[in-house]
Amino acid sequence: MYIDRELVQKKMGSRLLSNTIFKFIFFCATLFGLAVLAILLYRILTQGLGWLDADFLQNFASRRPEEAGVKAALIGSLWLMAVVAPVSLFLGVGAALYLEEYAKKNRFNDFIKLNISNLAGVPSIVFGLLGLTIFVRQLALGRSVLAAGLTMSLLILPVIVVSAQEAIRAVPKELREASYGMGATKWQTIKNVVLPAAIPGILTGSILALSRAVGETAPLVVVGIPTFIAYLPAGLFDQFTVLPMQIYNWTSRPQEEFQHVAAAGIMVLLVFLILMNSIAVFIRNKFQKRY
Amino acid sequence: MQATKIVTEKNNQKVSKNKELVYETKGLNLWYGETHALKNIDLNIQENEVTAIIGPSGCGKSTYIKTLNRMVELSPIVRTSGEINYRGRNIFDKSYQVEELRTQVGMVFQKPNPFPKSIYDNIAYGPRIHGIRNKKILDEIVEKSLRGAAIWDEVKDRLNQNAYGLSGGQQQRLCIARCLAIEPDVILMDEPTSALDPISTLKVEELVQELKQNFSIIIVTHNMQQAARISDKTAFFLSGEVVEFAETDKIFSNPSDKRTEDYITGRFG
Repeated sequence: MYIDRELVQKKMGSRLLSNTIFKFIFFCATLFGLAVLAILLYRILTQGLGWLDADFLQNFASRRPEEAGVKAALIGSLWLMAVVAPVSLFLGVGAALYLEEYAKKNRFNDFIKLNISNLAGVPSIVFGLLGLTIFVRQLALGRSVLAAGLTMSLLILPVIVVSAQEAIRAVPKELREASYGMGATKWQTIKNVVLPAAIPGILTGSILALSRAVGETAPLVVVGIPTFIAYLPAGLFDQFTVLPMQIYNWTSRPQEEFQHVAAAGIMVLLVFLILMNSIAVFIRNKFQKRY
Repeated sequence: MQATKIVTEKNNQKVSKNKELVYETKGLNLWYGETHALKNIDLNIQENEVTAIIGPSGCGKSTYIKTLNRMVELSPIVRTSGEINYRGRNIFDKSYQVEELRTQVGMVFQKPNPFPKSIYDNIAYGPRIHGIRNKKILDEIVEKSLRGAAIWDEVKDRLNQNAYGLSGGQQQRLCIARCLAIEPDVILMDEPTSALDPISTLKVEELVQELKQNFSIIIVTHNMQQAARISDKTAFFLSGEVVEFAETDKIFSNPSDKRTEDYITGRFG
């Protein structure tokens, strides 16, 4: 008899106690994040709610806080999306498909995969320098929608590649076998079997990556995107600004009123992000298939 | 090793003259990395017959059947030597496209693996990838294939519903129908009933009996009774070698090799 019932009885109390203590600690950890978020939201709402109205959405930036608005920044963010979404999706999903479906499993490809994952951890400001050097200067695109969009695409590309790889890997190999077994080529199998099954996962990951691009500021500061613009971009080669840049600009102003304007801007940005994330959640819930 | 050779050769001489050879395997070796999974396999398979492959787990029977349509190459570390002639042409030949081979040689897998598509689209998948777009022709193929797999009556009213709504046994017959839709010459079945209940198993077995009128069937099975019930010839594999290959009756009543006897009487495996 290795198990001493009496000893078990005696220790039961302290075992249950430590169980309760740890449960409490983990609960506090959850609460901490939520509490900070709640405080932040409360401050922003109380500061900005009075300033957020239709005029705020329709006005350009201004020296006078009561006339300042986010029109240029909001439209600019949409423009940025219009470049980032197609470029990063195409390159990211393409690279993921190559790595998962076509590339031979060898050391070199493992090395590439590892490095793509590592790229996802490179600070965004480094991507900003890359964008400044290549797109703004070398390719002479200037501080345009296109240059900023390509920079942002590079920034989120690793995240999209990794999440797309995971979604592609999650497609059961039995489905591929069924397709190959009937004489389908790789591309036919990808197009008809792998992609339809992987798209919900790919989109979920990509939209979350895109919302990171919407909120990111550092690379655009380095690229040199202006914060004060009183017109809308008419094309890919025009100058523009985006929501986080505009907010950054407002918060750095001395007048107190601009803090309220910034809070209102943050609210617009948050709504923008929540909308995008809800789309991701919706896609995941609606289309994800169970095997 | 030598005994194996003799037995196989003796049986190959029994090949009836009026039936053509579908597969001729000569000195096939296969390695997974360092593991020698198939050793010097010589095996001839005739048309319009059911050939069963039996043997304990890990004996190479699934590997062999997957080599016949080169599905085994999906695993990147596989190397082969020797040759497999399908209708007289070496399938390892550089000029032989696997896609071409697999249009002739259909496969049914261990676990039913329908696509997450409608029943109709599952069956039409094969014809579509081979370029058939005409809706009327597709309709005909779908009906013919489903009838061929004895599942038409059960699904004819819900062709547009998702195949995942079918039971496991129905899904497997759907997969057989999907395989028929590419109008193959040979059907490879890799333990097709191992995931099915007894009644569904019976249905698949009956189906195999009917299908052999028009197709050559090679079936890997764990279930010796199944091999005895449905096959014309049986090959017994053990640690990557063919121990014995003969008429099913002979294998089960009067095996020449002691190891075959031990296996079929349940002394190991």
